[in-house]
Order: sequence, then structure tokens, then C-alpha cells
Amino acid sequence: MTTQQTPAAPASVVDAAGVTITGLNKSYGTNHVLRGIDLEIAPGEVVCLIGPSGSGKSTLLRCVNLLETPESGTVRVGEFTVTDEDVNLDALRQHVGMVFQQFNLFPHLTVLENCTVAQTKVLKRSTAEARAVATRQLARVGLAELEDRYPDQLSGGQQQRVAIARALAMDPQLMLFDEPTSALDPETVGDVLSIMRHLAEEGMTMLVVTHEMGFAREVADRVVFMDGGVVVESGPASAVIADPQEPRTQDFLRRVLNPTEVDI
Amino acid sequence: MSTQTPTPTAAAPRPGRARRRRAVSLAVQAAILVLALAALALVVDWTTLAENVFNFAAVAPMFPNIVLVGLGNTLFYTVTSFVVGLLGGILLALMRMSSFAPYRWLATAYVEFFRGVPALLVFLAFGYGVPFAFGVTWPIPVVVMTALGMVSAAYIAETLRAGLQAVPRGQMEAARSLGMPHWRAMVTIAIPQAFRIVLPPLTNEVILLTKDSSLVYVLGLAAHEYELTKFGRDGISALDAGMTPILVAGLCYLVITVPLSLLARRFEARSSRKVS
Repeated sequence: MTTQQTPAAPASVVDAAGVTITGLNKSYGTNHVLRGIDLEIAPGEVVCLIGPSGSGKSTLLRCVNLLETPESGTVRVGEFTVTDEDVNLDALRQHVGMVFQQFNLFPHLTVLENCTVAQTKVLKRSTAEARAVATRQLARVGLAELEDRYPDQLSGGQQQRVAIARALAMDPQLMLFDEPTSALDPETVGDVLSIMRHLAEEGMTMLVVTHEMGFAREVADRVVFMDGGVVVESGPASAVIADPQEPRTQDFLRRVLNPTEVDI
Repeated sequence: MSTQTPTPTAAAPRPGRARRRRAVSLAVQAAILVLALAALALVVDWTTLAENVFNFAAVAPMFPNIVLVGLGNTLFYTVTSFVVGLLGGILLALMRMSSFAPYRWLATAYVEFFRGVPALLVFLAFGYGVPFAFGVTWPIPVVVMTALGMVSAAYIAETLRAGLQAVPRGQMEAARSLGMPHWRAMVTIAIPQAFRIVLPPLTNEVILLTKDSSLVYVLGLAAHEYELTKFGRDGISALDAGMTPILVAGLCYLVITVPLSLLARRFEARSSRKVS
């Protein structure tokens, strides 16, 4: 039950790219973090990576835009072979948006500048155009009125929404989310998740590392459970979360979904 | 002196008692100060003091040259050596963070050497050593710029490196993930943040340079090259004002250093607010 072709959203506004990962290996010293990962993501598909901490989810995500360099295996994003020696990394990254757990907004720039700086410096858009795009994306995440603030004047949830707008302003074909709600206050998690849901509905290809099982169940086309550097189980969200087949998946989900009912 | 010794066994003294103890403590401190001042007033020979330390009338001939020439030269020596130090510091900081190991070794050796030897020795090296060894005599401003600049480059390099490393890793990752090449991410994202972090220590470095520029005093100076310390020293022998000329020179230094130190404090308050 691996390649479940998703019906691409009818009114797709995104020029989405697919991802193909084959035989991916990554170690830190003696710690073998990724052990031969194979994963195929269709254009417009939303895949949630779940699993215990240290299972390699984030590392896998960071290999897709080469923030981490894998030892072996290949990663393809759209027409780019990411793992190719002479890939134009900066060109690739222009097409791959990334949202971090810690937001990583630029504290010395205003909200608007956070969303325009890469447009003008990397995509060479005019200031006016970059501004227009940024304003549109900020309105989309509901923060148009905060464009003159600095990041430290925003709540965590607002910062994360700006971070999403910043990534979207580059017109990405793929969005990577690395535990986007893990550093947020519980009451702001919903805002961020609903923006991500809208993005999914617009047909964006999304790879999301998350502990939000509700989000995975409702939004993901496919859920991939990782443990110990391998993909243990993968399939439609309804199947993997509601009816896991592998004992490790069952154990993990039991702990996550009913934290108080785990026998020690 | 009647200090209420609180019994150590007393559990949680009542608020009234704490307030009384604070009042007693303040009274004792005030009493000591008054006594010390009174003793000083009796012991000190005020006439001598006025003639030899605060004889401002007698130092009038020092003006306006101590300001026009002395203060001017001190400022000039400070600024030029800071420029040299900053350029050298940037180069050394980049070398220390280079992926090419020999650059790192060279920069580390340089930093350790120049932080470890007295600045005075470096002045002597360039003022007397170089002319002796190589037969070239540099103009005084060049000697100061080189000697002080080379020493401060070592300190500035360390400050800059620490500043760059204080910028969170995620900043560069975010910039790179937006498609910025390494140099662009450095220039647009990392360095502006590092600059904010290093502004207070760099301001302090200028203060140190201002004071260290007085070391040029050990070299033979022409009249138009005199700086504040030289003016102060010459005033002692030339004027009948005791040590007043030194005090005047000292006050002139404060005209430069106090505003700088206020500025540094300002920067500190601002950067602690902005850099999250």
C-alpha cells in the first residue's frame, strides 16, 4: 500500500513537484541515523512523517534540501537530482520551502522584510513586486497588519505563520515542515495547522514531520511511520493511524494517543 | 555602636524588624562616610592641594594646544589604529573560521602572540626596533597605526569570531533554505546580527585604544605630534602647577571615553532586546 495516487486538488494553484528518495543512508559518526530509506511522494501529495524522537524523521526531511548530506542513496525533487555532485543547490532550494521548529525568522528584519529579502536577493524580483507578493502571502496567513513589526514582537504562533509566508513568497513547488507546531503554545497550534491544511487543499506537495496525529489523520494523504532509521510502515492515514499493522507502530501510537494509559 | 544582633534562631523576622535593621545599616554606613570626610578635611593641607592639584589658573598656557594638538592627535591615533585593527581583525576572524587549517593556525598564533605581549613592547619594536634592524624610520602616525592596530586586531578578531558564532545556526539554515548562497546568507543575515552583538565590545575596544595611544609617549615626538599624555607630562616641568597638568590631561581623556562608554551601554541595552 505504498503508492496511493492522490487525486490532485481540482483547482491546483501550485506547480507542485514530486520527490523520489531511494536507498538513503546517513550516519553521524557511528550513529547510523538513516538506513536505506525509500520514499516516493507524488506531486500534490501530503505525507506526514511520524515516529519516536531519534527515529531519523527530521534528518530525512533535511536531506531533501540538503541541509544534511546523505552518505549514499539518491533524492530527486522535480527535475533536480539533489544528491548529484554538481546540482545547483541554491536553484533547488528556491523551489523547496522549509519551515523550522524554531521558526528561524530573521530578528533584525521586519516581518515584511523577512518575506521580501530572499525574493529580491535570490529571485531578483523588484522591490515593488516582492512587496506585493509578501503582502499577499502575509494576508493569506492572516498577518497583513503586522508587516512592520519585528519577530520578537510576535507570539510564537504568529512567528511560525510569518515563517510559512516567507517560504511561500518564493513560490515553492514543495514544502518541508520540521515539527512546525512543537515549539508553540497549545492555543496557537490550531492557527498554524489550519494554514497548512489550506496549503494542502491548494495542491502543494508537503512533507511534514509532526506529532499532531489529528492533523496527520485529517490532512495527510499518506502517513509514514519511522523508527530506528527505517520506514516501518507506510500507507493512507486512515490505515496507519487507525489500524496499524506493525507492533512498533501500534506501540508508538498507543503511547502518543493515550499517554496516560500506558502500562509501565 | 549598637547593632541589634538578630538571634540566629529567630524564625522569619517580622517585617517591622527587617525595616529597622535596614535603617540601622544605612545609618552606620552614613556615619562612616561622615567620619572619613571629616578626618580627610582635618588631615589635608587644602592650600597645597589647591596649588598643586587643582591649580587651574596656572595651567592656562596649556590651552588651546592641549585640545587642538593633544586631544586632536589622541583622537587621530585612536581612529587610525582602530581602522587598521578592524581590517586586520576581520581578516584574522575569517582566517580563524577558515576550512583551510594552516590559515586557522596562523591566525591563532597571531592572536595568542599579540594578546600575550605588552602593547608597549610592540611600540618599542616599531618605534626603535625596526629603524635599528632595517634602517627605515617610519613617521610617528604610521608607527602608532601599525603597533596599536596590530595589537587591537588580535582582540577584535576574537570579538568578531565570538559574535558570528553567537548567531544561532538556524539563521544560516533558514537563509540557505531560501536559496541564498553561503556568501549572501553571511552578508545579509549572519553579519548584520553579529554586528549588533559585537557593537558593545567594539566600543570598549575603542576606549582601550584611546588610552593605549598614550604609549606613543615613549617615542621621540615632534611638537606637532604630541598627544594628551605628552602634554600632561611636559606641563609638570614647564608650569608651576604641581600635578595639575596631569589632571587636565586625564580630564581630556574622559571627554572621549565617557561618551563612548555611555554609547556602549546604550548598544548593550538595545542588542539584548533585539537579538532573540
